[in-house]
Amino acid sequence: MANIVSDVICPFCGTLCDDLEVELSDDGKKILEVYHACAIGAEKFLHSQAEDRITRPRMMQEDGTTKEVSYEEAAKYTAKILCEAKKPLMYGWSSTSCEAQSVGHSVAEAVGGIVDNTATVCHGSSLIAVQDVGIPSCTLGEAMNRADRVVFWGCNPAHAHPRHMSRYSVYPRGFFTGKGSKSRKVVVIDPRKTDTASLADVHLQLEQGRDYELLSALRVAFRGEKLPDVVAGIPKDQIYEAADLLKSGRFVIIYFGMGVTQSLGKNHNIDIAIGVTRDLNDYTKAAIMPMRGHYNVTGSGEVLGWQYGFPFCVDLSRGIARYNPGETSSNDLLMRDEVDAVFVLGSDPGAHFPISSVKKISELPSVAIDPHLTPTTAVCKLHVPVAFVGVEVGGCCYRMDNVPIESRKVVDPPEGMLTDQEFLEMVLAEVRKCKGV
Amino acid sequence: MAEYLIKNGFVFDPVLGINGDKKDIAIKDGKIVESVGASAKVIDAAGKTVMAGGVDIHAHVAGPKVNVGRNFRPEDKRQATYEPGKGVKRMSGGFSVPTVFKTGYKYADMGYTTVMEAAMPPFYAKHTHEEMRDTPIIDQGAYPVFGNNWFVLEYLKNGEAENTAAYIAWLLRMTKGFAIKCVNPGGTEAWGWGLNCTSVHDPVPYFDITPAEIVKGLIEANEYLRLPHSMHVHSNNLGNPGNYETTLDTLKLAEGISAKNNFGREQVLHHTHIQFHSYGGTTWGDFESRADKIADYVNSQKNITCDIGFVTLDETTTMTADGPFEHHLCELNHLKWANVDVELETGSGVVPYVYSPDVFVCGIQWAIGLEIALLAKDHMRYHMTTDHPNAGPFTRYPRVMKWLMSAKARDEMFAGMKNEDKVRDRTGLSTMDRELSLYEIAMMTRAGTAKALGLSHMYGSLTPGLCGDVAVYDYNPETASDPEAIETAFGKAAFLFKQGELIINDGEIVSNGNKRTLWVNVKTNENTQVERDIALKFNKFYTVSQKNYEVYAHHYVPNPLVFEIDATV
Repeated sequence: MANIVSDVICPFCGTLCDDLEVELSDDGKKILEVYHACAIGAEKFLHSQAEDRITRPRMMQEDGTTKEVSYEEAAKYTAKILCEAKKPLMYGWSSTSCEAQSVGHSVAEAVGGIVDNTATVCHGSSLIAVQDVGIPSCTLGEAMNRADRVVFWGCNPAHAHPRHMSRYSVYPRGFFTGKGSKSRKVVVIDPRKTDTASLADVHLQLEQGRDYELLSALRVAFRGEKLPDVVAGIPKDQIYEAADLLKSGRFVIIYFGMGVTQSLGKNHNIDIAIGVTRDLNDYTKAAIMPMRGHYNVTGSGEVLGWQYGFPFCVDLSRGIARYNPGETSSNDLLMRDEVDAVFVLGSDPGAHFPISSVKKISELPSVAIDPHLTPTTAVCKLHVPVAFVGVEVGGCCYRMDNVPIESRKVVDPPEGMLTDQEFLEMVLAEVRKCKGV
Repeated sequence: MAEYLIKNGFVFDPVLGINGDKKDIAIKDGKIVESVGASAKVIDAAGKTVMAGGVDIHAHVAGPKVNVGRNFRPEDKRQATYEPGKGVKRMSGGFSVPTVFKTGYKYADMGYTTVMEAAMPPFYAKHTHEEMRDTPIIDQGAYPVFGNNWFVLEYLKNGEAENTAAYIAWLLRMTKGFAIKCVNPGGTEAWGWGLNCTSVHDPVPYFDITPAEIVKGLIEANEYLRLPHSMHVHSNNLGNPGNYETTLDTLKLAEGISAKNNFGREQVLHHTHIQFHSYGGTTWGDFESRADKIADYVNSQKNITCDIGFVTLDETTTMTADGPFEHHLCELNHLKWANVDVELETGSGVVPYVYSPDVFVCGIQWAIGLEIALLAKDHMRYHMTTDHPNAGPFTRYPRVMKWLMSAKARDEMFAGMKNEDKVRDRTGLSTMDRELSLYEIAMMTRAGTAKALGLSHMYGSLTPGLCGDVAVYDYNPETASDPEAIETAFGKAAFLFKQGELIINDGEIVSNGNKRTLWVNVKTNENTQVERDIALKFNKFYTVSQKNYEVYAHHYVPNPLVFEIDATV
């Protein structure tokens, strides 16, 4: 009989599917196949099995080659650069467990670091908007069971969150939505004809960067006031129709993504999208939800929240927690030469940050803790490979609707490999020695 | 473990009937004992007040909505000094929604050693437990919410009492919960469609059951399961003028039911933050106090307890599983509004709120809380809370004590109000000269709460054999005359012991203690019907699988204190 582990959590995106089945070899040591996962999720499990995986820390030498070092040496080096720095940046945290994040925060508190997560280049603007105007939201299951109007604004789940539509938003048959996709009207607002847009009942193909105007126009239309003939490239009749479609729903859910958070207007786009949701609550029931990317970026915001009171961009360098995105955000700090060491865990700024920031990282004492070889590990002085969270070690993760789910260990990591939490605990011990605590 | 002798303090312990007598209190092996050896460390408490550690029956200190409050209010961190870490302390900040570290430290500073998290959405139980685990010093438990849960609504609608109880027992076990909480019964489910239930007879959309049936059914389930605490209700129609009638309708549902348990609990219904439910008038214009009606009724019913939810006249953050109320509140004050509806279970909302002494409605709310406490006949059944942070932060308890213990302090507050006359006219407070004693305060803050929680065998008194939770305050009840001294002393304990360990030494926190999480494991008869219903709902309507729903102890509840109950028949 096949050796199958069920109810496995997928450590890839914020959809955090928890219904995977993983088939193991008879001795339980190898992953053979992954069921129910999307292509990306399955690949994450399968490539952990790669024969040529890096299993020990590697230090970059002056001639550009790398030299294998022990985890002890790696922890000492990491502690040393953090302790010697006046203002170290500790970035990432989105592809790891809450347990590891928590240990990382103890390190940051001891060395006076800045803790920032991937929201800084993703949904950080959403977090700022929530601080301005709040957010009426719900869990994904609430939307599945009730929502008959589904809006995707500036997001493309068909590619970015591949199982979102089948598990939660469009196709499932919920309690009050027994006919599945036939119970729902889907509206996509995107300048591109995305694969998600191809499934929509209504696609408002607005002009790029004009989201604010269109959202504002919807608020005008809800109130039955006059609109110009065309707003954001959309004829007014279409806007009135869309407004009526939303108002006539029993439960409206708006999902939004990077198309609005990182385009012109940034947090102001989200402010007014939340305004649209608040308005709809005067006529019917409505909720809005950011499509969070990394599988535990939400968890990083939660742990930072309960430990320091802020969801990202947390500067602990003055002995108290400060928060001021624009000042305490990773790219601003790097570009202004304000940080003197860089520590990366659970993210790949080498791939996602502007090249000017990546150059700065390459010039500083730096360490990247990541199971993979990435553009970040290529520029950092030290690469510490660790076990895959959600594959080789369990831990708590938060879904895009802030719902906590405990990820599962499926197989052992290669012999002698540490988890990121274990490595961080070694670093913390070294830091305490160095600080004389 | 070290032995301690707390010598010559003025001891207040309503359970033992000690009212300010000079006594020595001995601690050994984590417990209060009759006597200790000569080598015991002596704490000189001469001229100081000694009480058992405080027990808070209702505060929102951990979990998803608390964290929404923290993360969406960066400005809250500016309302109090952010304190750097020092010694055993981590850095800590926030005012109305403090970080978990600050929550632990500030409760310890007030001499509190046990705090109950008042509303845990079962679906987010892991989050609540992660925060409680990170909160130092204090023992904690959490109340999962049941008043809008689909299983409960369906079983009660069908009159299936045994199934209701079996499901509740299962959920308490899955979520590591401590008691049955019921918030705006039916109203939050109605909020799933943007609606509400504002009286006990408003039917819940689709489920076609009334709030009265839910409340009564949950009280009965609670007694069936013989839980330590009673059903803990936040009734319908919170915060609205004229709502005292809904409150009385809710309280009356407990008539004729008596408590069944082995924990010394006598009440079958605990009504929380009753101040918010004691309003007269028909609009905000003729808003007035009905504290008299509510206090009269509670005084007359021995099987009811309540906590008050004192308004402290601060800028704060309101948060509740009463989703429709928070929407209503943001329509009133136009501040930011967060809302989370939770599949099959509950909902919640968070809105900042400024209780201004210059707004007469806020002044009346302030007065109503104090009125109720001063009309109380048995303070074992009226408890100190601010429904933290809804009516004010818990850090204001010492200030509330000052108001309760000093008519002069109350008059000073009145005098600072822009609408003093209106507030005096519409409430009974200005005619009251009663001043509570420390003996009564000890009932409201530890003895009464411990008993109502079914924890009087552990907390709330200095009886030998109980947990070594003792607070020493730098307050001399014989010589103190300035009411301000009350607020100062009870906000900064001189010494604190938790389970016999010295936590605060001479005003400094020296240990993070050994915090425990309290939860209830009730055994019921095997019930295949309920097992089948649970499996079905997880297959079809939940978005997390049944196997991934349970809160496992290893990570979330590393130091549990489990109450085992056998409710099989």
